[in-house]
Amino acid sequence: MTRYSAWSLLRAGLSGQRTWTPAWREGKPRKRYQAVIIGGGGHGLATAYYLASKHGMKDIAVLERGWIGGGNTGRNTTVIRSNYFFPESTRFYDFSLSLYEGLSRELNYNIMFSRRGMWTFAHDRHGVEMLRRSVNAMRLNGADAEYHEGADVLRRIPGLNPTPRFPILAGLLQPRGGTARHDAVAWGYARAADRLGVDIIQNCEVTGFDIREGRITGVQTSLGDIAAERVGLAVAGHSSVMAKRAGFRLPIVSYALQAFVSEPMKPVLDTVVLAPSTGTYLSQSDKGEIVVGGTLDLFPSYAQRGSLPVLEHTAAGLIDLFPHFSRVRLLRQWAGIVDVVHDSTPILGESPVKGLYLNCGWGTGGFKAIPGGGFCLAHHIATGEAYPLAAPFSLDRFRTGALIDEAAASGIAH
Amino acid sequence: MLLIDCPWCGPRAESEFRCGGESPIVRPAAPASTDDTAWADYMFYRDNVKGLGFERWHHRFGCGLWFNVARDTVSHRILAVYGMTDPRPVLESEA
Repeated sequence: MTRYSAWSLLRAGLSGQRTWTPAWREGKPRKRYQAVIIGGGGHGLATAYYLASKHGMKDIAVLERGWIGGGNTGRNTTVIRSNYFFPESTRFYDFSLSLYEGLSRELNYNIMFSRRGMWTFAHDRHGVEMLRRSVNAMRLNGADAEYHEGADVLRRIPGLNPTPRFPILAGLLQPRGGTARHDAVAWGYARAADRLGVDIIQNCEVTGFDIREGRITGVQTSLGDIAAERVGLAVAGHSSVMAKRAGFRLPIVSYALQAFVSEPMKPVLDTVVLAPSTGTYLSQSDKGEIVVGGTLDLFPSYAQRGSLPVLEHTAAGLIDLFPHFSRVRLLRQWAGIVDVVHDSTPILGESPVKGLYLNCGWGTGGFKAIPGGGFCLAHHIATGEAYPLAAPFSLDRFRTGALIDEAAASGIAH
Repeated sequence: MLLIDCPWCGPRAESEFRCGGESPIVRPAAPASTDDTAWADYMFYRDNVKGLGFERWHHRFGCGLWFNVARDTVSHRILAVYGMTDPRPVLESEA
């Protein structure tokens, strides 16, 4: 496989771009693997990559029902941040952010990580108090955060409406936050994992699990049975469906989360903006599209499309923040199925079935957690013990009551 | 957009309603002797089905009535609307 560099680019250019080889092999499943990862999204591919690169496992398969990166990895708004409240969350998401910072180099694949900062606004007195509290919490927990008065926010974000329906009284800026190219994250991990011997098998649905005396022995798939004593499950919104096939339930409800992009424009917005008053968040992609996200469609859904009321609400929120976008046309609209848990904190680690490990519960914020989630799950699968950063995220917390309630604390929008 | 047939008001737009989650969820009958696992199961664990699901809805910006809806979570087709204390209807698609 060609290593990407200025030299390889020049050489391929001189030979008419005919020398490039596929970034990963067409995988065909073998009968047995040391570890099988279900779900070829960012988290699944990252898990396979770290199993191979950090733990030296060679015999790994990633099984994907559709095509890799075709689920939530390809459907999110690509925001990367660590603006949480509790120490456990900030530590974990900041670790994930730091992995993102070095990811292009590590994977030899340009994931287009752009550290453009992320803003969260406050619209009333209580919002301002909460924002100050968030800034202090983030700084105490070691993440970067700045508090800015409303006038300063307006000065720093050109085009922001000075008199919106919900006034902007203050803003929290996380300068290290930003965006990345979502497909490139999946493709980069896939290419790097493939190079370390991981089999990436697309169009392969897992239809059942072989479980003997409470321990996993393999998976049944549309391409035949595969034996494996360690299986990782990273299927986001479909976690409950897979758990049912393995004979247990999860504390998850699946919802549709919508996003939209506009037609491409010249660069106008150089940061990420979140307005909690309307739940609208937006950024501009390197291609020039305004990428907009909103709140959940608040009823259970497995349909990868959204409903009109949320779209209208989000569009209204967008126009309120940036009135000059009112005549910009939306080109595409879609939804991803997100796995929401009660405390908006992920589930990482053991399941009720021995040898079957969980990576789910990311809710509306899985993309930023891809490197961290993959790293921690790989550690757990390889060593049998939780990585210290992920230990508080066990499924058992729903029984013990040790919930980490980010939904209330950092005001996650659902 | 869902068109939900409120038993009192008739068909109304989704934006008038709020979904109250899975139905029925029964509170443990003897709280004092219920262990943590059973409490967690009642509080947090859900079937979260892909396909035919049963859930509660509330006509928040209307008559205020709570009622049950049988709805397909993929196609969003509503197959039945029934009262809060009525038994779950047997639907053709289940047979």
